[in-house]
Amino acid sequence: MIELLLFYVFAAVLLFAATMVITAKNPVHSALFLVLAFFNSAALWLMAEAEFLGIALVLVYVGAVMVLFLFVVMMLDINLAPMREGFARYLPIGALVGCVMVVEMALVVGSKDVNLIHGGPVTSAAEGVGMSNTKALGSVLYTVYAYPFEIASVVLLVAIVAAIMLTHRRRPGTKQQNIDRQVRVRKEQRLRIVTMAPEKRK
Amino acid sequence: MTFEMPDFLLALPEIWVLSMACLVLVVDLFARGRESALAFHLVQFTLLAAAWLSIETQWGVTATTFSGTYVADKFACLLKVAICLLTFLVFAYSRDYLRKRDLLSGDFFLLGLLGVLGMMIMASAHSLLTVYLGLELVELCLFAMVAYDRENRVGSEAAMKYFVLAALSSGMLLYGMSMVYGAAQSLDLAQIAAIAANGESGLLLAFGLTFILVGVAFKFGAVPFHMWIPDVYQGALTPVTVYVGTAPKIAAVALFVRLLVDGLGALHDQWQVMATIIAVGSLAVGNLFALVQTNIKRMLGYSTIAHVGFLFLGFIAGTEEGYSAALFYAITYGLMAAGAFGVVILLSRRGFEADLIEDMKGLNDRHSGFAVVMLILMFSLTGVPGTVGFYAKWLVLKAVIDVNMVWLAVVAVIFAVIGAFYYLRVVRMVYFDRRSDGEPLEASTGLRIVLAGNGLAVLVLGIFPDSLIMACKVALAG
Repeated sequence: MIELLLFYVFAAVLLFAATMVITAKNPVHSALFLVLAFFNSAALWLMAEAEFLGIALVLVYVGAVMVLFLFVVMMLDINLAPMREGFARYLPIGALVGCVMVVEMALVVGSKDVNLIHGGPVTSAAEGVGMSNTKALGSVLYTVYAYPFEIASVVLLVAIVAAIMLTHRRRPGTKQQNIDRQVRVRKEQRLRIVTMAPEKRK
Repeated sequence: MTFEMPDFLLALPEIWVLSMACLVLVVDLFARGRESALAFHLVQFTLLAAAWLSIETQWGVTATTFSGTYVADKFACLLKVAICLLTFLVFAYSRDYLRKRDLLSGDFFLLGLLGVLGMMIMASAHSLLTVYLGLELVELCLFAMVAYDRENRVGSEAAMKYFVLAALSSGMLLYGMSMVYGAAQSLDLAQIAAIAANGESGLLLAFGLTFILVGVAFKFGAVPFHMWIPDVYQGALTPVTVYVGTAPKIAAVALFVRLLVDGLGALHDQWQVMATIIAVGSLAVGNLFALVQTNIKRMLGYSTIAHVGFLFLGFIAGTEEGYSAALFYAITYGLMAAGAFGVVILLSRRGFEADLIEDMKGLNDRHSGFAVVMLILMFSLTGVPGTVGFYAKWLVLKAVIDVNMVWLAVVAVIFAVIGAFYYLRVVRMVYFDRRSDGEPLEASTGLRIVLAGNGLAVLVLGIFPDSLIMACKVALAG
């Protein structure tokens, strides 16, 4: 009973957040609502005992992708007025695409074979394997798939090396500290002692 | 799934290269400023040692490890040796060039070494997952290397084009792989071969096969997926062009053989027609477009496309001789292309790229020795008897004629004759044209020795090709 209640709460918030993503006028608000939508879908996944997917969604999308997204939205100075100009022009084609999608969904949801509404026996993701799916993934990831896993890590290493190589380069003319030379500097190089006769006051 | 401890010793060449790459990464950080000499020598040593390790640990064995994702056999061994030695040659050419332009840093050699690791992984792949990850590793290194000189706008543009097109083709390849996975219910190439052989779910496999062939043809740069080759060859720094044009072609042979021969070999009838279209298209476009080029790097780019067309003839034949002929072609082509670009590097100096065909004028007056090297390389690319290029062409043509596709051999020979024009034009410029400013060559002694050795290797292999031909045959017989 409480599970069903939780499901409806999460689902309702998810739908609300998803609607707000496309209707909010401020792009920053849209991005924040998308974060909310991700959190709620992660919660739904957790309830379906697909906890690995839920955690990955929060870590990857909320933690990394959305933060990046927010940075971009905040950094770009987007002028909203020109973006709204085309609304009426694109309305017919947008409505057409929307209708097609609604009809397709109705066909899938309403179909007797799929029977999503009345539902067949719901098997949780954990059943069948005999362990939670995080554990199941972990047990093959570092054993059977150890070799591909290692290659993937090398691919990431190359991505880091390449990104640093392409962006971090010394340009001629920039002023930089050279700590080596600063430390090694000797008194003679900086200080010149001049002997001069004391001036006499007249 | 049951798990048994992998035999790490079997994968020693890859483990060695990866460990050394990590070492070079750290060493280069602390030994910068002295022209990255330490990093360069370490990388060169790593490549030679990797070639030796491959022969020691993998020649003569046929075994899989890492739960069937890695295979060690003679084919993989020969490819790894060829990839390591060719890359060794390419790096030997690169250093002088980069130093003269103040571009020398360990990153270049490090990325090259990691690219070699990717190619070795592809050579030893025994699962769709490993094939794909190895491929991604190579391509990522190649993108970065093409964009290596940030100040050069043409290079950045070439890298961008390459990146977008390669991403698209990787998508195609993955789509095909997912179809094959759906049909075979397994990523293991041996299982896929078994499913393909028993003939069930043929339509799904054929569907996947088409997309896989598209992806593979892109990696080769075969028509109609050749668009990136001329731009990348022209836009990249010459050392990067040599790198792109040599070892990755051998890795592409690995990709083809692993996916379409080891995996989907039973569907040879289905991909034969598609491969024939690709081969004839490549021969035609490569040779005809090369005729009108004025930039020698671009001309060699189109010449690559033509050679890929020839190489495909070996695959089309679909026999063991055919595959080994294609492998022989790829290895010897790598050697010839490295030499041809080596001459371009030799003639260039700071602020002058020597990348026009006209810049070859009067090479004989400036240095008759390197004129002979260029003569040998151009004759070899044409396929004149006495050079290794002749045997490469002869073997693939023989393989095609053996399966009664004489018309294809005739088409190939006609285009080879057309192609002779632009190679011999270079020879004419080297020997018979005068150049107003006959400046002496600036290249260092090391570069001269390497280039002379490369020319000599092409000549010696042209006179005694038997051992390499035998090695290629043995590699594919197992």
